[in-house]
Amino acid sequence: MTWFRKKGQKIEVVPADERVVKTEGVFRKCPECDAALFKKDLEESLQVCPPCGHHFRIGARERLAILYDNADYEELDAEVISNDPLNFVDTKPYPQRLEQAKRSTGLPEAIINARGKINGHTVYAGAMDFSFLGGSMGSAVGEKVTRLVERAIKERAAVITITSSGGARMQEGTLSLLQMAKVSAALAQLDKSRLPFISILTDPTTGGVTASFAMLGDVIIAEPKALIGFAGPRVIEQTIRQKLPKDFQRSEFLLEHGMLDAVVDRREMRPLIVKLLEFMVNPEINAPLLDVDINFAGGQNGYNAKTAATLLKEQPSEATVPGSKSPADK
Amino acid sequence: MLDKDINAFERVKLARHPDRPYTLDYIETIFEDFVELKGDRRFADDPAMVCGFARFHGLSVGVIGQQKGRDTKQRRHRNFGMPKPEGYRKAMRVMNLAEKFNRPIFSFIDTPGAYPGIDAEERGQAEAIANNLLEMAKLDVRVIVTIIGEGGSGGALGIGIGDRVLMLENAIYSVISPEGCAAILWKDASQSSLAAEALGLTANNLQRLGIVDEVVMEPGAGAHTSHLEAAKLLDQALWKNLESLKAVTPAELQARRYSKLRAIGQ
Ligand SMILES: [Zn+2]
Repeated sequence: MTWFRKKGQKIEVVPADERVVKTEGVFRKCPECDAALFKKDLEESLQVCPPCGHHFRIGARERLAILYDNADYEELDAEVISNDPLNFVDTKPYPQRLEQAKRSTGLPEAIINARGKINGHTVYAGAMDFSFLGGSMGSAVGEKVTRLVERAIKERAAVITITSSGGARMQEGTLSLLQMAKVSAALAQLDKSRLPFISILTDPTTGGVTASFAMLGDVIIAEPKALIGFAGPRVIEQTIRQKLPKDFQRSEFLLEHGMLDAVVDRREMRPLIVKLLEFMVNPEINAPLLDVDINFAGGQNGYNAKTAATLLKEQPSEATVPGSKSPADK
Repeated sequence: MLDKDINAFERVKLARHPDRPYTLDYIETIFEDFVELKGDRRFADDPAMVCGFARFHGLSVGVIGQQKGRDTKQRRHRNFGMPKPEGYRKAMRVMNLAEKFNRPIFSFIDTPGAYPGIDAEERGQAEAIANNLLEMAKLDVRVIVTIIGEGGSGGALGIGIGDRVLMLENAIYSVISPEGCAAILWKDASQSSLAAEALGLTANNLQRLGIVDEVVMEPGAGAHTSHLEAAKLLDQALWKNLESLKAVTPAELQARRYSKLRAIGQ
């Protein structure tokens, strides 16, 4: 597996608040144990520090490659991208921020939708990427998660989400907020269809993503020491005017407090998912009647559904990504 | 197999024998690919209750059970096998998952009782158990319950509603511990042997009363003498009982569960 894509375009200098991690050279320093790690070794250990087990953040496509059989999956819904429904401007116009995020990450949005096999079972997986506007959920991300779920219902397949998000996207206002309700309603239909939903939480998963689909898994798993919560630690500290304990809102804390089924090392994640799917995928269960028609080609509000062709032109780097095929229009 | 004349209090001692196999011992020997699932999604994970998915004779199944500790550290960690509300809620959550994916459920009972503590009361120990009684009656998958050691009152019953209720030969199942009963009714805890007899808490007695469907034999002088042999005997009984319910529809399962409970004490 290749972890670092050769990008066809040069990366601009991005402001610190965009939090784009740049990696240069042959070594990478572990922030936990200070070990200087060979990037090649890190690739082999799925970006987990071999001496101390620190989990480096990784991108959405890397996440999907780890999960799927032979790292092989088909990317879906890449044409669903945010537009600017509120004409939002802070220090920069929102469209400019979106463009920058697309360029620096090579991703169309903060989540990548995929379809592929895990141990032979068809699984619709959505992986979020924190480097795309903090993995925030706007209309496009909400729409993509919803489509993922609806596709799974249609095909009677399993859903897995891998979250990494600061929460709802401010630049789309209340439209972002209501995505929480939209994806939860879709998951209610999935649940009624008696289909599996596994939620994998990675560092960090907070805000509206935690308070909607991330916490609605039949089974919820987190990577070690991931920050998981509703309010972020800084907000809590400012509100209660106290310093928070070091392990507060970390995976292990949540496990002890009954919020997670398991905390699992990234290297053990796929084998565990395989076992869970053995239990959860049951072809003998028939499709029950749903409350609604599943029709993901419905109206649009707050996002653009461009054609795959246009998108490909805008995202030249995608073609070089291992394991991912061109965006499909299903 | 033991002498039938062994008295009730001897059974109590065997049921509490420190070397007796516990839930996780049976999970290890009888089941494969156990994946433990933790947490009630409300307050805490309760180590006194273990739950998860596993394979049984190749079938995917749900497993729940109370877990005691073997040494001092473990005993404390497992709270002596006394679950708190979060334990019962976790068990129900995993049972509902098993139901969702149409997988049978095995429940293993081994507890002195639900934890009697301030925190457990604050979080609704009674509500948690009551809710399980209601929800387990409604499950539309097969549920096989086995009392493997101590069946301590409501804390045991809270995971004890099923289509088949098995009980190990030296297990006990009672509304109160013999010690507790002696202290209250005899005003003398040293009369627990008398109380044990009076409570009729042995497997044979309970089978006669229709509370237990089948008594599962133990090896030699008790399950503690050979965990492996005990597991083999239990494995056979579990498989036979699971198979016997194979053709029963969910509606029929629920109806039978109801009429069986309905007949108790009539
Ligand atoms: Zn390290």
